[in-house]
Amino acid sequence: MILSIQDVVKRYSSHVALDRVSLEIPKGKIFGLLGPNGAGKTSLIRIITQITAPDEGQILFDGERLSSKHVEQIGYLPEERGLYKKMKVGEQLIYLAQLKGLTRQEATTRLKDWFIRLDIKEWWDKQVDDLSKGMQQKTQFISTVVHEPKLLILDEPFSGFDPINANMLKDEILALKDRGTSILFSTHRMESVEELCDSIALINHSKVVLTGEKDEVRNRFKAHQFEVLFEGDLTQELKGVDLISLEMSGNQSSKKAIFKLQEAVSPNHLLGQLIPQVQIQKFQELIPSFNDIFIQVVQETN
Amino acid sequence: MNKIFLVIKREYLTRVSKKSFWIASLVAPLLLTAIYAVPIWLATRDKEVKQVAIWDGSGLFEQKDLADKEIAFQLVKGDVANIKKTFDKQGYSAFAAIPADILTNPQSLKIYSEKNLSLSLKNDIERMVQNKVREILLRNAGISTLKYKETQVDISSDTITVSKQGAETTSSSGGAMILAAILGFLLYLSLLLYGSQVMNGVIEEKSSRIIEVIISSIKPYQLMLGKILGVGMVGLTQFLLWIVLTIGLSTATSKLYQAPSRMATVANSSNSDELKKSVAKVESSSQPMDELNKVIESTNIPLILGSFFFYFLFGYLLYSSLFAAIGSAVESAAEAQQFTFPVMIPIILAFILAQFTMQDPDSSIAFWASIIPFTSPINMMVRLPYGVPTWEIVLSMVLLVGGFLACSWLSSRIYRVGILMYGKKMTWKEISKWVFYKN
Repeated sequence: MILSIQDVVKRYSSHVALDRVSLEIPKGKIFGLLGPNGAGKTSLIRIITQITAPDEGQILFDGERLSSKHVEQIGYLPEERGLYKKMKVGEQLIYLAQLKGLTRQEATTRLKDWFIRLDIKEWWDKQVDDLSKGMQQKTQFISTVVHEPKLLILDEPFSGFDPINANMLKDEILALKDRGTSILFSTHRMESVEELCDSIALINHSKVVLTGEKDEVRNRFKAHQFEVLFEGDLTQELKGVDLISLEMSGNQSSKKAIFKLQEAVSPNHLLGQLIPQVQIQKFQELIPSFNDIFIQVVQETN
Repeated sequence: MNKIFLVIKREYLTRVSKKSFWIASLVAPLLLTAIYAVPIWLATRDKEVKQVAIWDGSGLFEQKDLADKEIAFQLVKGDVANIKKTFDKQGYSAFAAIPADILTNPQSLKIYSEKNLSLSLKNDIERMVQNKVREILLRNAGISTLKYKETQVDISSDTITVSKQGAETTSSSGGAMILAAILGFLLYLSLLLYGSQVMNGVIEEKSSRIIEVIISSIKPYQLMLGKILGVGMVGLTQFLLWIVLTIGLSTATSKLYQAPSRMATVANSSNSDELKKSVAKVESSSQPMDELNKVIESTNIPLILGSFFFYFLFGYLLYSSLFAAIGSAVESAAEAQQFTFPVMIPIILAFILAQFTMQDPDSSIAFWASIIPFTSPINMMVRLPYGVPTWEIVLSMVLLVGGFLACSWLSSRIYRVGILMYGKKMTWKEISKWVFYKN
């Protein structure tokens, strides 16, 4: 575990931001931190980045109690991006890297490599003010990873990126993961959760309400529903199965039906009953999307 | 520790590399040198000698009485109405008609000129006529001119301070006042100037949102301290530049003026009125400088300079930490205005109190104003040239350091909460709560 968050409580004068939050964040994986606005994600991130301290509970970083020496092993890209506007890009990134413990020499070499790799060499001597918002995001991303942190915390990393740059960023994130970086990824965008995350935790009202590996969570929320596309008519009654919906599919003679299996009924049992009656064109289990899961869990816990 | 140094370096370099820093560093010494050099230049440059025609209806004036350093007076004869029409064609700038009854009717002098008469020329003509008339009136009253001149004595004094041990030092209260005023004003300006630079720096970090990135790398107090020290070093650099450049420039300009005055010395023997006059002017215009030199000799310069740096440093640290706290609580410079007022009040109050301190450096107002940390930097600087007992200086310095520690503690408590607060309307009540927040 890169991070082991144990019973963390954070109170503000008017409310409790984190209420006995415990999470295990595995090494070398992408961990999605989900939750509606105001759920406590930012409070948790600020505790991990040691911007604030928890009131109760503790956090272990790579097995050790989290302390200021770990600052250099964490890279943090906050949701609200910001750089010194009146500073040159290269100088600024060197400064930020030095604050993360790199020497000036190391920082310069590594940053030059990044600039060549991302084909932005000509930005080095530009003032941040003169860069577009997307360019600023890119340079800020570099500043987050240049010290090769063990743990990378990305808060809504894709906001403000166009699709091309978002893809580039995604590739960089996956490349970092391949090199063993653990990534904590906070987002609202469920499609990037599906695409990138290995495990997730959902926080609502200061509490962890759902956690687990992505596929395992999805399985947990499976409704045992199957979508079947077929030709012909269903004449006999099906046993152990409820018909949820039936409609004509497109312009052809095909029909689309959704069945829900009752307890202890296997998909084969459904297929066995269907095959004698109709010509099956497609048979597929309906897997809930993370969007559905998110909405369902948040509504249940509200 | 190493990271505070990084912050200091960034704060220092970004400010020192700005054009405005160098402009300010150059303009102030230039202005100071100009204030001192321009009067000398005006005095030494060759003046055009004005020609003035004098028509004397009284018969009292002779051409030999009319020798003047500034104006070439020329007695003319003839019809006044005629001269009135022709004097300007003959090259005279003005024409003065002295009536027959000038002795009994001193207001009856008439001066004609083509253009409006300059005030100085009018004064010069009046002075010439007046001197002559007075001389005659004195003679008529039986007093010789020589006797009269003997009565025109100037009183000036040497002020001497006597210590309890009986040691005497020549002092100059006029000069002390000038030095005190300059130092006090310099401190006042720099507290406001660099204090608000710190505040704006904090606001910049907060409003550009870089703050969250920075304080995930270093502790808020490290950032605050680094910023304050960095800006403070910018201030010291600026002072140093000002001192070096002012000394350099004024030495250069006085070298420049040594050439004409050496010429004047040579000319002295040849009795040239014109050059003698310019030497006299140079000497008279350097009088206040002499006065200042006298103070500089009579006061303990290492003590004054040492104290100046001490009071600048700790006064600045005290106020800038408060400015930093205010910067952290707001999101824009506009919003900051209402909060800066309470911090500016003590600075302005200190400056007002300094006027009283200057008038009476031993009064109890002066004592308390130079002891209490918020007003002590400016007021102690103002008092120092007049001589202050050592125990008072030590007490004032100790209290100032204590005041700085207390203020920076308070400020860092506010700062660490403030820099992460967005979208909240700030009130003093809210800010005072932050002091007691846990981390």
